[in-house]
Amino acid sequence: MAERIDFWSTLTAPLIRQNPVTLQILGICSALAVTTSLATALTMSVSLTVVLTLSAGIISVIRRHIPDTIRLIVQIVIVASLVIVISEVLKAYFAEISRALSVYVGLITTNCLVLGRTEAYARHHAPLPAIVDAFGNGLGYSLVLIVIGACRELFGKGELFGLQVLPLAEAGGWFTPLSLMLLAPSAFFLLGGLVWAIRSVRPEQAEAPEHIPPARAEPAE
Amino acid sequence: MTGAWSLFLFAAFVDNMPLTLFLGLCTFLALSKRPASAIGLGVAMTGVLGVTVPLNHLIYSGLLAPGAWTWAGYPELDLSYLTLIAFIGVIAATVQLLEMLLDRFFPAVHAAFGVFLPLLTVQCAILAGSLFMVERSYTLAQSVVYGLGSGVGFAVAVVMLGAIRTRLAYADLPAGLRGLGIAFVLAGLMSLGFASFTQMAAAQ
Repeated sequence: MAERIDFWSTLTAPLIRQNPVTLQILGICSALAVTTSLATALTMSVSLTVVLTLSAGIISVIRRHIPDTIRLIVQIVIVASLVIVISEVLKAYFAEISRALSVYVGLITTNCLVLGRTEAYARHHAPLPAIVDAFGNGLGYSLVLIVIGACRELFGKGELFGLQVLPLAEAGGWFTPLSLMLLAPSAFFLLGGLVWAIRSVRPEQAEAPEHIPPARAEPAE
Repeated sequence: MTGAWSLFLFAAFVDNMPLTLFLGLCTFLALSKRPASAIGLGVAMTGVLGVTVPLNHLIYSGLLAPGAWTWAGYPELDLSYLTLIAFIGVIAATVQLLEMLLDRFFPAVHAAFGVFLPLLTVQCAILAGSLFMVERSYTLAQSVVYGLGSGVGFAVAVVMLGAIRTRLAYADLPAGLRGLGIAFVLAGLMSLGFASFTQMAAAQ
């Protein structure tokens, strides 16, 4: 290989610096929908990482044989086959979690993270770096899911992994569960806050203002 | 008729794709920077959902559902595990076909849509529309209504978000919150509003 690829930085860059969810806007749908409890968040992270790594590997191996015009269909069929395998495995061994995840396992197929990484990276790189990159992105995605899942379960129910961590007020403790945390809006707020926190630590990620107020019709003061 | 209308309202507001079910958020956030592109996305979504959900209903009930091959002498055959791959194929084909038709007959409309159409292949909301149709076993007529309703709901949400984001020009936001961060917070606030529809549906 002519160029030496730095595996370590390929692996760690997507964790925070190039995080797929908070910076690349990829794979947000599932990141929010399955984070009401830590267990589903963890299952989803593992499934997505497996699918992402395998599909990146496979597509990278056959990258020279895929005609450019139909590459999207080829890629999506590969991803869909892998997702079917995962979904059947989940149904067979983790029936309860599979029910909790509902259609979201199937939606890994259209998770923009998978197609985005295969399209942007695996298509142009040798199998090994492609797999490392996919695995790193999977870990970055998992990190976000686990943080948000833990927050929502802890504050929404006072539990982690279904175990009572904070004593509930109705059971004689002091913690009153914040049921907003289990509803849809809180996931948006938490993710928005997470993005804010990351960008405050790393100001280079901040975006320029989207809209400039029109200069016209400014009354002189 | 009231059944169809209430299903339409249910799909558009109570089960709003981006705000209650978190579906199609990637395009929802990425293309809502301007109201004009938001309207384009909304119209395209409505069209594609309205076509693919009934089409997938026909394919599922005719080919894939357990027992669908009884007429051919295979009552045991259950192909439902192929659902995912069949649906995504139908969606990709529909989007491609729609693009070619528009390009051939309505070039102006095609130019207005630009990049949105091919993007819709990987839109989770569209695949989810079909998957929910299977999970809730809608009839053909219901699936037409459901597809159109959820498309309209998506359009309403994305146009609203686009309009609000334009107004942010007048807000002095902290640097870290600009762009994606505030878009999440806005979507959360809108989602709170839409949660009231759920309450109204539950109260009835």
